Amino acid sequence: MKHDTPRPDANAHFRANLKLIAVLLSIWVFVAFGCGILLAPWLNQWNLPGTTFPLGFWFAQQGSIYIFVLLILVYVRAMRRIDNRYGVSED
Amino acid sequence: MDIQGWTFLLVGLSFTLYIGIAIWSRARTTGDFYVAGKGVHPVANGLATAADWMSAASFISMAGIIAFAGMGGSVYLIGWTGGYVLLALLLAPYLRKFGKYTVPDFVGDRYASQTARVVAVLCALFVSFTYVAGQMRGVGIVFSRFLEVDITLGVIIGMGLVFIYAVIGGMKGITYTQVAQYCVLIFAFMVPAIFLSIMATGHPLPQTGLGAELEGGGGLLQKLDQLHTDLGFSQYTEYGDNMFNIVCITAALMLGTAGLPHVIVRFYTVKRVRDARSSAGWALLFIAILYTTAPAIAVFARTNLIESVHKTSYTEVPAWFSTWEDSGLLAWHDRNNDGVITYAPGKLTAGRPVFATTETGTPLRGSHGERLLSTDTLVPGDNELYVDRDIMVLANPEIAGLPDWVVALVAAGGLAAALSTAAGLLMVISSAVSHDLIKRTLVPTISERGELRVARIAAGVAVVCAGLLGIFPPDYVAAVVAFAFGLAASSFFPVILLGIFWKRFNAAGAISGMLVGLCFTATYIVYFKFVNPAANVPTNWLFGVSPEGIGVIGMVLNLAVGVPMALLTKPPSAEVQALVESIRIPGD
Repeated sequence: MKHDTPRPDANAHFRANLKLIAVLLSIWVFVAFGCGILLAPWLNQWNLPGTTFPLGFWFAQQGSIYIFVLLILVYVRAMRRIDNRYGVSED
Repeated sequence: MDIQGWTFLLVGLSFTLYIGIAIWSRARTTGDFYVAGKGVHPVANGLATAADWMSAASFISMAGIIAFAGMGGSVYLIGWTGGYVLLALLLAPYLRKFGKYTVPDFVGDRYASQTARVVAVLCALFVSFTYVAGQMRGVGIVFSRFLEVDITLGVIIGMGLVFIYAVIGGMKGITYTQVAQYCVLIFAFMVPAIFLSIMATGHPLPQTGLGAELEGGGGLLQKLDQLHTDLGFSQYTEYGDNMFNIVCITAALMLGTAGLPHVIVRFYTVKRVRDARSSAGWALLFIAILYTTAPAIAVFARTNLIESVHKTSYTEVPAWFSTWEDSGLLAWHDRNNDGVITYAPGKLTAGRPVFATTETGTPLRGSHGERLLSTDTLVPGDNELYVDRDIMVLANPEIAGLPDWVVALVAAGGLAAALSTAAGLLMVISSAVSHDLIKRTLVPTISERGELRVARIAAGVAVVCAGLLGIFPPDYVAAVVAFAFGLAASSFFPVILLGIFWKRFNAAGAISGMLVGLCFTATYIVYFKFVNPAANVPTNWLFGVSPEGIGVIGMVLNLAVGVPMALLTKPPSAEVQALVESIRIPGD
């Protein structure tokens, strides 16, 4: 799908960027400090489905790391779209 | 061929590769030297960043630390990987758009202040020197342990190698040697890990093996928790108390990771802003391979240790026990004279064990053939065993009965990890001196060729200083890790972050904030680590926060002072505000 050439709008681009950062960092805090640390003792009463990992332990020593990689991946993809939408992409 | 032969061969081959790459990617301009000509592919930069970041400590010590700390070791895993999310979302793309050469460059230009630039240079030098000392020591230790070379000679060989590729190749040379070093170190880490995983769980992948169902029900973690309960240790999969301190340490490691200059500067080397974002993702992916394997190794090794040693008669323990006893990394003292090893909570000795010897230095042996300990370092308790945590990675191939070439591979991997981190740190030191101090502060008229020459000389001098620190290590090498992260968290991170996201923030706020954060954090760490180590217990800590986590409180103080200071003084000039606006968008 071909868009019309967008009008560069730096302020709107930055606001969209901030909103995305806020969403992703909220997940980041919840996973790292919530699931990985503060809620981990409570989560340990279950196992990660299909494995023998206690859930809190899994978040602390495996899952949080996978989720961090995913968060960056989502950011990279979403920012590329936002760059294009507001006409500030490097291409 | 024996282990030593294999080690010489593999280490020699890897060194030849690094030197070859350095000559091929020789730096010709200051742009090449500082930021590899800003032409590095994002995947290559991700590989280089991963090698840059993972030091001798990550490679050799981390799995062992986790094996002994259990769930408590999660702070390192979450902290050191979570910091990359902050880097990718909050710092890397904007600093790349800014597009200069160093971190002090950004601080100096953004706050239009030479004072801020010089404070940043001093922080960068201090953080990098403390860090690099440990790396050179690591090189020496790997050499001495695997090649039976004197530690000093090992450090000198390492210095010579780093000298060649850092001084000739600059950032460009370092980038491509780091790519090769990542491949060497990850291969060396994964091969023994996969063998161990197959032995322990029947799964080739350590990450899934750790959570796999064992024959007879339950997984390895349940088995280890049971062993811990039987021996009187707290559960492996549960945290100890004081969750607030655990949160603070994790946060300090995250903020410190994002604020370390040798990591930040890697993102200056890519072509575009979006490459900076994606290479942070690649870097974390490559780091995650090692960081998700380490906790599995920790569990395999810990289970193996308890099962093969506890309640076993000394005469029946596996052969590796006496090998590592001879190198001083394992010790047994038969407290109850039953000839059987008892492993229990509590320490065997205060600090490292001291072995008893005759006057000529021959080790004294007890009635079962064990090395005797000097009795004055023993502390009361039931535990009869001392295990150095480094043994968990170093001894793994031997414990698992793997072929000699795998043992040699671990040596080459440890060297790759130490050398790649040392080189990255040396670049920060060299550019802080030649670019920020000489070019931007003292001699602005210096020519490009002159600056390049100064950069090479500074890199050379830094290599020599780092080598000396490795040969004559100050006895606080372990303690300075807290320092590097605490200082980066309490000084660099908030100043860079506000510099990007708050246009109104100015030099007065930045300088006062950095100084307050730095002084508070440094005082706290120096007091508990050096002045009065005996007082370093939870009851004396401020809000129960240990020196490892205090950088977070330092950052809060930084903001508490810096923000009002900025509001009470004049807003930054129109040019600075325009600079901030321009770094927020990727295109021109």
